[in-house]
Order: sequence, then structure tokens, then C-alpha cells
Amino acid sequence: MFETALTFNDLLFLAKGAGMTLAVTAVSVAAGTVMGVVFGVIRAQFGPYWSAPLTFLLDIFRSVPLLIQLVLANAFQAIAKFGWDPFTTSCVVLSLYTAAYCTEIVRGGIDAVPVTTRRAARSLGLTWGQDMRCIVAPLATRVSLPAWIGLTLGVMKDSALVLWLGLTELLKSSQILVTRLQEPLFILLICGAIYFLISFPIARFGGYLERRWSPDD
Amino acid sequence: MIEIENLRKSFGPLEVLKGINLTVANGEVVTIIGGSGSGKSTLLTCINGLEPINAGSIKIDGVEVHSKSTNINKLRQNVGIVFQQWNAFPHLTVLENVMLAPRKVLGMAKQQAEEIATKHLIHVGLGDKIGVYPSRLSGGQQQRMAIARALAMQPKYMLFDEVTSALDPQLVGEVLDTLKMLATEGMTMICVTHEMAFARDVSNRVAFFHQGVVAEIGSPDQIFGSPQNPETQKFLSGVR
Repeated sequence: MFETALTFNDLLFLAKGAGMTLAVTAVSVAAGTVMGVVFGVIRAQFGPYWSAPLTFLLDIFRSVPLLIQLVLANAFQAIAKFGWDPFTTSCVVLSLYTAAYCTEIVRGGIDAVPVTTRRAARSLGLTWGQDMRCIVAPLATRVSLPAWIGLTLGVMKDSALVLWLGLTELLKSSQILVTRLQEPLFILLICGAIYFLISFPIARFGGYLERRWSPDD
Repeated sequence: MIEIENLRKSFGPLEVLKGINLTVANGEVVTIIGGSGSGKSTLLTCINGLEPINAGSIKIDGVEVHSKSTNINKLRQNVGIVFQQWNAFPHLTVLENVMLAPRKVLGMAKQQAEEIATKHLIHVGLGDKIGVYPSRLSGGQQQRMAIARALAMQPKYMLFDEVTSALDPQLVGEVLDTLKMLATEGMTMICVTHEMAFARDVSNRVAFFHQGVVAEIGSPDQIFGSPQNPETQKFLSGVR
């Protein structure tokens, strides 16, 4: 009923592409989250006035389409003779992009911790840092988790755009196969299924953490 | 000793404290009564250094609370405060709530902190709630947990900010008994309260706050028996 020229080797080729997608996503989300936490704390702590320059900079990364950022960054690193390979450039751009969104998530999470709770912590003699670590971090993480999972899944799918810098990730691998085998629907179906297989566990893991951390447990 | 001299505090254009003078000796229990908005609660948050002040001074054992050179975190180890809203840490169990500050601030070993926390929790009648999360407790139980949390730091001074105002009526007595027990143990306490019987019972001195000043201060017999200030008379006839 259904014939295809797709071979096992082609599937391995797709899996390699998926591996690249995962690598770019993992590096970018990790680096972006670390930066996002730092920037988010700065934004929450110093208020809108003092963190305005930072906010403005991050707004650029949130507003300019990712594809344009990638192309511009690649051209810039070539002009500036940084000598970055496409993987590095992709990760740098995606990290900043992730950081820009993560900053807002972190700031929102911190702001969601009641001032009175923090005041009670400080009244016991906890320093600002101890309050941040022992009270604010756990409570803000719970609030921020759903949005952060959403961001991670978004970045994973947006990472498809790095194919424009010549990285053979999942979507590019599919395109190569489509060009060769002329079976676009079937191959894109598989490609979509692989994206789903990667996303689903992340989403479910997020749901699991949410239940585990619910304050009522 | 807590010495408050000519303390002034404003929130924006609103001056809440208009020159408070109050000295609390070690072992003394001072209760503060007065209508809402008279600055009672604000005074307590200023003593703990949670609110900056505009003028005057607060000294605890001779150390200026609002001086830049004062290590406020160190100072707060000696001054416990319990709020009307108990402010439990929702992500920690009852035991962990009480253990947190001894562990982090005093650097106590886990076992020692656990012992102290358990002792104080049993003290306030929560011995059977040690492992549960605060969301499983009633308001009254959460308030007693907050008292145990402050006591676990073994402070020299305790500030109570209307701690029974948000409690179920049948739990008020229990919490007040805890405060009375602390008083008889010699704890130096400043209690803002609306419980007049408690104030009369436990205080060495009662201060009546009116419009941001100490309108009248004296022994419970004097304040409740023969108040001199017409505002005190008016307030007391209103609450009885």
C-alpha cells in the first residue's frame, strides 16, 4: 500500500540532524537561562529605572526576528574576524535570544514572591543572598517553571533557523532527504514526529515537576 | 535595653510616627494599644530595621539600628518579630520553617537545629505537626509556628505585632498563654495588641498611641484604672 525509498541510513541521517538540534538547544537554553537568571535578578532588584539600559538591550533581542539576528551576527563575526564556526555563532545568538525571554520570566517569578514573606525571612536575620537562595529562588522557580518549559520548547523549534548558517540540524536533514527522494509529505511527517518525540518528554517532565513542587503536597 | 528617641517616620506625605520616646528595660513587657493608624505596627517594623526612619534614633543595647555601620542582620538575631500575617515559607515543612534561620544565620548543625526547632514547636503546641507543610495548618497553628520560628533564634527581645488579630477566637487564648509564658520566663517584649485583658495581665507598662505619639504611658492599673488623657479614656470606653 505504501512504498518509500527511505532507507535505514536516511533515518540515521535524520537522527544525526536531531542530535544537532538537541545540541544547539541544550547549549543555548543552558547559557540563556544562566544569563536570564542574572539579568532577571538585576531587573527585579534595581527596578525599572536603573535596569532600563539592560531592558532596552534585551528588548532588541526579543523584537528582531531570530533569522535576521542570525544572519547579522554571522556577517558581523566574519567582519570582526572572530573566526566563529556556524555552531558557535548559532549558539551565541540563540543564547541571547533565550536570555532575553528568560529575564522576563525570572523577573516575573521574583516579583510573585510576596514582599511580606521576604520581610519575614529578613526579620529572622537572613541576608539578602540567603533570602534569595532559600526563599525567593524556590518559590520563584515554581511560578516560572511553566513559562520556562514553554520557552525551552520554543527555542528548540526556533533552532531550525540555524540551517541558514549552514548547520545540518533536523529540518535541514529533512530538506536534504526531500530533495533527493522527492517524498516531502512523508519525510516532513517523520521530521515532525521527531520534533514531537523530543518535546513531549520535556513538557511531561515540566508537568511532573509542577506537581511535585505544588505547595500542598 | 531598647531606647527610642524622638522617632519620626513618614510614608510619603503621611507622617505616621511624630516623635516617639520609649525606653524598654531588659525583662520588661510593654504593650502598645491604640486605634488603627496610630503607628503601633510601624514602630515595631522600625525597631527591627525593616523600615527606614526619617528622624530620631532607635538603640538596641546601645547599638544604633539605623546607622550605616550597624550590621542589621546581626542585630536582628537578637530581635525576633512576629507579624499579624504569619508569613509561613510555603515550600518548607513546619520543622524546616523553624530550622531555616538557626541553620543559615547561626550556622548550626542540622541535628542541633532540628532539636531546637522541635523543642520550640512542642513549646507552642505543634509537636504533632512537625512534618507537614504550612498550607495544611489553620491560621492559628501557622501563627504559633511563626512564634516558634522567631523563638528558635533565641532572641533577647521579641516584638509581637497584633499576633492574635487574625486568629480564630478559640485559638487566641492559646497564643496569648504562650506570650504570657514567655513574659514570665523573663523575655523582653513589646506587644502591639487589641486584647485589653491580656495587656492588663501581662504588662509592666502599657503605652497608648494616638496619632503617632505616645499619648499616655504607665502601669496597667494606671492606664486601665484611671487614665489621665481624655483620648485614652475615649479609646478604652470604646473597646470595653
